[in-house]
Amino acid sequence: MSGSRTRTWVKTTIGVVLTAVMLFPVYWMINVSLTRDQDMRKSPPDLLPIHGTLAGYRTVLDEQLPYLGTSLVIGLGTVTLTVALSAPAGYALAKLRPRGAGILDFVLLAAQMIPGIIMAMGFYAIYLQLGLLQSVPGLIVADSTLAVPFGVLIFTAFMSGIPGELLQAATTDGAGPLRTFWSIVLPISRNAVVTVSLFAFLWSWSDFVFANTLVNGGAHEPITLGIYHYIGNNNQQWNAIMATAVVASLPAAVILVLAQRYVAAGVTAGAVKD
Amino acid sequence: MNHTTELPNHRSARVRNGAAAAAPPPARSAKRRPTSTQWAAWGFLAPVTVYLALFYAYPLYRNLDLSLRDYTVRSFVQGDAPFTGLANYRKVFADPTFAPALLHTAVFTAVCLVSQYAIGLALAVFFNQNFRLSATLRALFLVPWLLPLIVSASTWSWMLNSESGVVNATLHAVGVGPVNWLTSPSMSLASVIIANIWIGVPFNLVVLYSGLQSVPAGLYEAAALDGANAWQRFWRITFPLLRPVSAITLLLGLIYTLKVFDIIWIMTKGGPADSSTTFATWSYQLGFGNLLPAFGPGAAVGNLLVVAALVFGLVYVRMQRRQALS
Repeated sequence: MSGSRTRTWVKTTIGVVLTAVMLFPVYWMINVSLTRDQDMRKSPPDLLPIHGTLAGYRTVLDEQLPYLGTSLVIGLGTVTLTVALSAPAGYALAKLRPRGAGILDFVLLAAQMIPGIIMAMGFYAIYLQLGLLQSVPGLIVADSTLAVPFGVLIFTAFMSGIPGELLQAATTDGAGPLRTFWSIVLPISRNAVVTVSLFAFLWSWSDFVFANTLVNGGAHEPITLGIYHYIGNNNQQWNAIMATAVVASLPAAVILVLAQRYVAAGVTAGAVKD
Repeated sequence: MNHTTELPNHRSARVRNGAAAAAPPPARSAKRRPTSTQWAAWGFLAPVTVYLALFYAYPLYRNLDLSLRDYTVRSFVQGDAPFTGLANYRKVFADPTFAPALLHTAVFTAVCLVSQYAIGLALAVFFNQNFRLSATLRALFLVPWLLPLIVSASTWSWMLNSESGVVNATLHAVGVGPVNWLTSPSMSLASVIIANIWIGVPFNLVVLYSGLQSVPAGLYEAAALDGANAWQRFWRITFPLLRPVSAITLLLGLIYTLKVFDIIWIMTKGGPADSSTTFATWSYQLGFGNLLPAFGPGAAVGNLLVVAALVFGLVYVRMQRRQALS
């Protein structure tokens, strides 16, 4: 008995060490974000932020807030667009199965295979002609392409599990398809809505390719470009760069703490990330 | 956290097998639907269909069009570039960058794929033992996968910095001279590979772990009674039973690794001297990286990538169909 307990503790210790190794870059990002300018090029570097400073974060507050605001707007816009498009489609594919639905299944799958830079180039050509370059709505539409096929997939899978009798009962009570969808299917699918929203937000928040191609140099740029400009412009102020990176990672951290099970569901079901 | 999926009922079994991506839902087309339902169904599908046409098909078409014409900056704006057929593709094939880009893409994809899978599988087996804190630690492993790529890439850039990076400081402490990770042509590809493996391990871990959940525990007990040690149990039971999930994981990994762009672009821009250029960064470099953009050849390189991704995508679909049937 005590032998097996020891072995559990050995495993836990190994697990903690492995996790520490894996998360070292994250720790290092935080450590550097708290390092003073004069210690930045010290050799060897301080492993702990003993002379910690918040100067990097002050710079973030001074310079990066507009970028963060833009990213928030773009993230929420992408979530809205993605859910509005994919929830009805998921319902139709799961429960109504019209003729030709199989083709749509296939197209949605193929859409996920297309590299982001290809889409970016196509969007660039189109937006240039339409005058939509450097516009926030344009970027929202482009970012939503990262999430819509995934969204349809999740909604289809989830809604397939809704018992047919429930929908039949609604029809018997005189509810049309729209009413059934809005008052029964959508409320039941709350978990799917959360999963899709989380990933849509996270992907648009993290998007770099579309942002760099479509809104670079515009009045409203997302936080990914904020960091990118930092790296390009002042190679010296790495505490500010890493502080921005820490702030940009906050949504991921919040999601991991508050909505872990949805994340796991999304990874296994969709298995998509650019 | 034992809760690997939110999806209800019979489909969840397939999700646990990691094979749910766009598996066609149970078709019930045999039962003919009334026409009104057909209309309603396409009403629900209309927005997404229009969306796919406008924001997937049309950009792809524009990209194809770009690759078949001789675009300059002026004709790009005016849209009157002359049709030149496959000239851009010929130009790309004859380009001195083509062979290195092909080699780098192959090496990058193969090394990342194999390493991510091996590390992910080892961790999945380890975490499957359900010790104290295992669920929490496993969740923490997701962090690299959730971080914005620019965050990961810039953190790795600084860690691998030649003069002030923590990696070289550590090497110095054990008596190894400084390595120019990002600035020497011989190391740049290795550097972006390391960073990308770090990002890809969590995905492999989560999917393979959920695959392990479906291996019946009774099998292990029986094998243990028969005197099989842990190593034998892994190779005789776990690995064979995990084959379908492994195949899906590797294939999806392949498709997603082929198109990796952000990491390489942010860390090295494909340099120095094209030493970490892949098709993805080369395509972008041609289209957007120079003062004088070469949209045509850039689009041509991109389309080669699309073809590669779709070929492997078809293999994926076939494999899924087979697994759904069995």
